[in-house]
Amino acid sequence: MLTFILRRILVMIPQLLLLSVIIFLLAKAMPGDALTGAFQGNPEANAEHMEELREKLGFNDPWYEQYGRWVTNFVQGDMGMSYVHKQKVTSLLGNRLSNTVLLSLTTMITIYLIAIPLGIIAGRWNNSWADKAIVTYNYFSIATPVFIFALIMLFIFGFYFSWFPTGRSVDITIQNGTWDYFVSKANHLVLPTLSGAIIGTAGTIQYLRNDIIDTKLKDFVKTARAKGVPEGRVYTRHILRNSLLPIAAFMGYEITLLISGSVFIESIFSYPGLGQLFIQSIQTRDFTVVSALVMISGAAVIIGTMLSDIILSIVDPRIRID
Amino acid sequence: MKTEIPVDAEEAAVLKAQSEHVSFGKTIWREIKGDKMAMIALIILSIILLIAYITPFFIDQVQAARTNFMQIYEKPSKEFWLGTDRGGRDIFVQLVIGARNSITIGVAITLIAGFLGLMIGLISGYFGGKVDFVIMRMLDFLMVLPTLMLIIVFVVIVPKFNVWSFIGIMSILLWFGKARLIRSRALAERELDYVNASKTLGTPNWKIMLFEVFPNLSSLVIVNMTLTLAGNIGIETGLTFLGFGLPESTPSLGTLIAYAQHPDVMENKWWVWLPASLLILVVMLCINYIGQAIKRASDARQRLT
Repeated sequence: MLTFILRRILVMIPQLLLLSVIIFLLAKAMPGDALTGAFQGNPEANAEHMEELREKLGFNDPWYEQYGRWVTNFVQGDMGMSYVHKQKVTSLLGNRLSNTVLLSLTTMITIYLIAIPLGIIAGRWNNSWADKAIVTYNYFSIATPVFIFALIMLFIFGFYFSWFPTGRSVDITIQNGTWDYFVSKANHLVLPTLSGAIIGTAGTIQYLRNDIIDTKLKDFVKTARAKGVPEGRVYTRHILRNSLLPIAAFMGYEITLLISGSVFIESIFSYPGLGQLFIQSIQTRDFTVVSALVMISGAAVIIGTMLSDIILSIVDPRIRID
Repeated sequence: MKTEIPVDAEEAAVLKAQSEHVSFGKTIWREIKGDKMAMIALIILSIILLIAYITPFFIDQVQAARTNFMQIYEKPSKEFWLGTDRGGRDIFVQLVIGARNSITIGVAITLIAGFLGLMIGLISGYFGGKVDFVIMRMLDFLMVLPTLMLIIVFVVIVPKFNVWSFIGIMSILLWFGKARLIRSRALAERELDYVNASKTLGTPNWKIMLFEVFPNLSSLVIVNMTLTLAGNIGIETGLTFLGFGLPESTPSLGTLIAYAQHPDVMENKWWVWLPASLLILVVMLCINYIGQAIKRASDARQRLT
């Protein structure tokens, strides 16, 4: 067990390193460097001066030296300067990071709130009308692209009915820390959360449904029934205990989906989070921010996958590969 | 769906053996015929494809792309079935051309990514051992990359960005899952006697892989490719919607949806973006229903008929 966890953690290190090299090289390959952006439209900029600055900032050093500097700084929490916003990337991230984490958390919780009951119903009464309705819902949610669903949600509930705000994460006129602030924040979260959650349930429902249908026929369940355990208890005590544990472990894998979803959802609802910042920065060619964001998302996925693998191996020892 | 009269085990075995000889194409057709939803999906999809691929021949595309400021944002009428956009261009025409481009590019990406995944999966699974180990460790890494963000970064970096480079970028970043799937099946396949027999006869490895192992995996490949086709169309239109997909010279369905980023268009001029959104939904649903039918056809235990 311990060796598996250690090995899994060790695998993560080369993955993170490789990711950072790739991102660094991509950032270098991007057209123009940080200075071109910073001095655009600046009448005092001349080629000589820029060259001098480049030399001073080390842009002319071999790439591995620049990479070494970038990584050391990154690990220490210094992600460089945004050349568009003229401030540190870390301070730019601050608020947006918490916004995105908040949105991801509410989305994930909503996914489980929808998916677990539906998965149980579909599995327990499979082939009933309820099961068929749930399977049809699954078809729809698999087929629907996030951005289209989010747009339609925004159109119907944001514009047509005007039930919810159509952008931002909070009403800026309200003072921070008050009850109204909290309500406004929650109100702004509803649409983005539902847009991500309603069509993000398919994997969990499908897994739970199949697992319950499989487990239902296993010998230990038959034994429980034969002992006279009431049907409700057979499910809560015997079947669900087996089927729900892996679901908990899949949370890490969900991070990948949440990240790519956040890029779309945050730009559609103009929700100030990392996804929106990513799109804005790449539009303005703010490459320090872009590479920091890709690195953070990549690291989040790598760590999430690792956590899922480890939890899964604790829950289900058959998965452990040595 | 017809219910069969229960037969005894022996007869069932014979029936099953007979059914094994039916070609995969026929099995798929039988499965689709037996599933009402899949049949409807097939009909709707065929109609959409016919319209998308035949109408452009009758449309003067230069005329359609020309802006006309006398008729900006007109509501749907007899002259313009779905109204006009901010350049006074007919939305219906753009919808048809966009659908054709999006579907064609989706198919191209699926085929190229499918080919890459198939080749790498086959090599990994067929040779096993060290080759497999190295490829699998690489895949472990590639699978955890933030793909969507990387596609966007590549789109921005690539000099002289055009449709071909877009297809290339998407294909290169979208085959990882497929390779892993193919590899797991190829790994099982290589232990079978027919592979050993062929090896003993001195058949070169590449021939065994392509002409003996591959045909046995073809149903798996077809199922997987149909299901990823829908996903790929979704990713392409999504990227175009964000502004990082097809270049402006090649309108996609995402181009029309991107108009919805202006709140005014979103709220008051629904005819610009809603039809394209619904069209994508319908196409994806149809492909998924057909894909599920094909999936059942490939697995004897799941067949409905």
